[in-house]
Amino acid sequence: MTAILEMRGISKSFPGVKALRNVNLAVEAGEIHAICGENGAGKSTLMKILSGVYPHGTYEGEIIYQGAERRFASISDSEHLGIIIIHQELALVPLLSIAENIFLGNEPAKMGVIDWDVAFSRTRELLARVGLKESPRALITNLGVGKQQLVEIAKALSKKVQLLILDEPTASLNETDSEALLKLLLEFKSHGITSILISHKLNELAKVADHITVLRDGSTVETINCRTEKIDEGRIIKSMVGREMSERYPPREPHVGERLFEIREWRVEHPLHAGREVIKGIDLHVNAGEVVGIAGLMGSGRTELAMSVFGRAYGRNVRGQALMQGRAIDVSSIQKAVANGLAYVTEDRKTLGLILNDDIRSNVTLANLPAIAWRGVLDDHKEATVANQYRSKLNIRSSSILQRTLTLSGGNQQKVVLSKWLFANPQVLILDEPTRGIDVGAKYEIYTIINDLAASGKGVIVISSEMPELLGICDRLYVMNEGRLVGEMPAHEASQEKIMASIMRYEGAAQ
Amino acid sequence: MKHETIAAAAPSRTAGVGVWRTNLRDYGLLASLLVIMAFFEFLTSGVLLAPVNITNLILQNSYIVIMALGMLLIIVGGNIDLSVGSIVGFVGAIAAILMVDYKMPWVPVVGLSLLLGAVIGAAQGWFVAYARIPSFIVTLGGMLIFRGLTGNILLGQFVGPFPKEFQSISSGFIPDFLSPLASTFGDMALFGASFRWTSMLIGVAGAALLLFTSARRWRREKEHTMETEPFPLFVGKNAVFAVLIVGFSYLLSSYRGLPNVLITMGVLILFYMFVTTRMTIGRRIYALGGNRLAAQLSGIRTERLIWATFVNMGLLAGLAGLIVAARLNSATPSAGNSFELDVIAACFIGGASASGGVGKVMGVVIGAFVMGVMNNGMSILGIGIYWQYVVKGLVLLAAVYVDISQKNQG
Repeated sequence: MTAILEMRGISKSFPGVKALRNVNLAVEAGEIHAICGENGAGKSTLMKILSGVYPHGTYEGEIIYQGAERRFASISDSEHLGIIIIHQELALVPLLSIAENIFLGNEPAKMGVIDWDVAFSRTRELLARVGLKESPRALITNLGVGKQQLVEIAKALSKKVQLLILDEPTASLNETDSEALLKLLLEFKSHGITSILISHKLNELAKVADHITVLRDGSTVETINCRTEKIDEGRIIKSMVGREMSERYPPREPHVGERLFEIREWRVEHPLHAGREVIKGIDLHVNAGEVVGIAGLMGSGRTELAMSVFGRAYGRNVRGQALMQGRAIDVSSIQKAVANGLAYVTEDRKTLGLILNDDIRSNVTLANLPAIAWRGVLDDHKEATVANQYRSKLNIRSSSILQRTLTLSGGNQQKVVLSKWLFANPQVLILDEPTRGIDVGAKYEIYTIINDLAASGKGVIVISSEMPELLGICDRLYVMNEGRLVGEMPAHEASQEKIMASIMRYEGAAQ
Repeated sequence: MKHETIAAAAPSRTAGVGVWRTNLRDYGLLASLLVIMAFFEFLTSGVLLAPVNITNLILQNSYIVIMALGMLLIIVGGNIDLSVGSIVGFVGAIAAILMVDYKMPWVPVVGLSLLLGAVIGAAQGWFVAYARIPSFIVTLGGMLIFRGLTGNILLGQFVGPFPKEFQSISSGFIPDFLSPLASTFGDMALFGASFRWTSMLIGVAGAALLLFTSARRWRREKEHTMETEPFPLFVGKNAVFAVLIVGFSYLLSSYRGLPNVLITMGVLILFYMFVTTRMTIGRRIYALGGNRLAAQLSGIRTERLIWATFVNMGLLAGLAGLIVAARLNSATPSAGNSFELDVIAACFIGGASASGGVGKVMGVVIGAFVMGVMNNGMSILGIGIYWQYVVKGLVLLAAVYVDISQKNQG
């Protein structure tokens, strides 16, 4: 077998973060090559480099594809050579038809006039190849996610695909759709199409993959040959998560007090699809002075849970009970949730956390303006004092409190968002991915802040996709999967293998 | 401002540059107003700055400035209001009918008219904030509806005239208490017998108030080690402002004194400066326009806030309607026609961002006067109305172009 693709010594940094470190990947022609790793291990970044989303020159290393070194400047360069990527979030226009979507930007046209006969007949052929029985005129919005996925693949086929990259294709599919999709990949393989499959679902990989490359922390750990070696899930998990846990977390001595905050039988439906439960009955509590972690894969519903608790900022038909120190509290609006002592620090600080165009000062005080105002008139002296306090306490590196938050680094932006909620003086803080996209040093500082919060008697709930982080800073862990809690354990008894096992056990049981 | 991310390493120097950069726009705007004024002063051989013309300039532009204050809040909140010109016409027409046909006294008419403006704003605001219809569409509808209603109510007629007291809202001048006093001290020779001392003193007091508040602010910022303006710049800027205010008061005082409407406008400008910089509601509007989702998640009731900006806009448009009617001494079907364009242009020339979250009261006021001086200067020169449109359009485009390319560089 010859290699269709070789990526050699690929490194890529973002401001403050090294996303990839000398990654090597070799894919044989006509195989199905799986890539797995934790969230943030660098899988998507690697694929974005391969497809030209990050153009040549923004990374180090070289890409050899079909025998020659390639320097893609854009996606169209890589598509031209038959490298097609299908992203986790589908890139279809919902109100256009299947045919229009398949040929979007690539219409069979003469002088700008589309030849719809050709478009429709070719669409029919393509749909037959992916096994989708729908009219080419059907609108995307009327199709289920599984069928939309097939349209994406048909679109890839229309571009004469030679290397098909699928990023978590089955994450949002049900069992039958996943099965069909995997079968399709095997069929493509028999026609000589090479596929790269990114997935968390190890059982699926076992069914179809020829090789599995494991990434961890932006480096290649190993490539397993599944033809010669029996795949052992435990081994892959260890390979995915087995990094050293050295001095990356501040020492923690928990003083856990009384039960502080609790939710019971919490159920939430999808905001657009009434009746589709996203959170399926969750009981969870946090004690005073305790740091509780919620582990889980992406899409397990952790953010949805947190935002629905925080004033129904997510979902519809939210049901369940919320209690603070044993008394039922009303969290039906964000104002009430804040007034009742809750704070939610979003995972998406740029679009949901900060007013990027405003300075540090006004971002810090935004959630608690009445505290620096008298009858609606701001006390600018008090405001500046407060902002300066948080700036020095949380060590926000900036020229002054008048620096615009847009120009701060990720870690310092996160500290501004944290300051905002600290100033609102909540009893319970829900931190959603508090260290995403920030460097190791800033992470340590954030962990220290979390420790201090717990030490002051507050309850802290941390949602994180980085399991070592949860193990390093939490006292107790919940494991969440598909809208349910599937495990609960004290942190000292927990391990990454145990967490993964709870998730896998649940997925296994569901099948 | 990429350099600011590493500003912690070299704070003093880069901070200074940052201040220059961020304030450059304000100075540039003020400078261009002065240049435009000098330009027309020269071309009109001194007519532009003649006391009588300055008075006219203020009377002609007061309602644009007043509405621009409301429009600023709307635009900062991420919306737009196209209906203000029609509201001006509609409120003026209702007020005229109440006073002329129903002989209602002018004081309750003023109250009812302001209330009417606020109610119209509340209705449009409801559709924007709670029904989530884009403001462009809602107020485009409002623009047509109220223009049509105005025509229907007035039946194509002029309705007037109004009581003297009502007219003085717009065309009156503040009475002079001090002149007899001053004349006894015998400095008539210097300023002339009819010099309006009260007006002059109000102007001086205004300049003093400005100096006092900005000095206070500057000291505060220094105290909290924020990036303050360099001292010479601070002094220079305020000196220019103070001289301008005193100078214009002098010019106006040597004619008929300060117009009533200038006092109304001045009070409103100060009030909205206070609201935007010092009040929680102002801060929240900026946050809303800067990032609606983040504002929502910070516990801000964004719907109510958007609604409030429209109520406020309606109220100010109602006030402008009264001023326009009082000035013309009649209500006409075309009153307020295309005012929305001048108002919106003033906001964008003044540095408001079309995507929301950015804009200052002072900028908008200067922007309104840039438009006003050009209108006035070109009219004096006898330039046709259609060429005036072309010039104003080009100036709007140029101002926003400079603004945006500066931001992109930064």
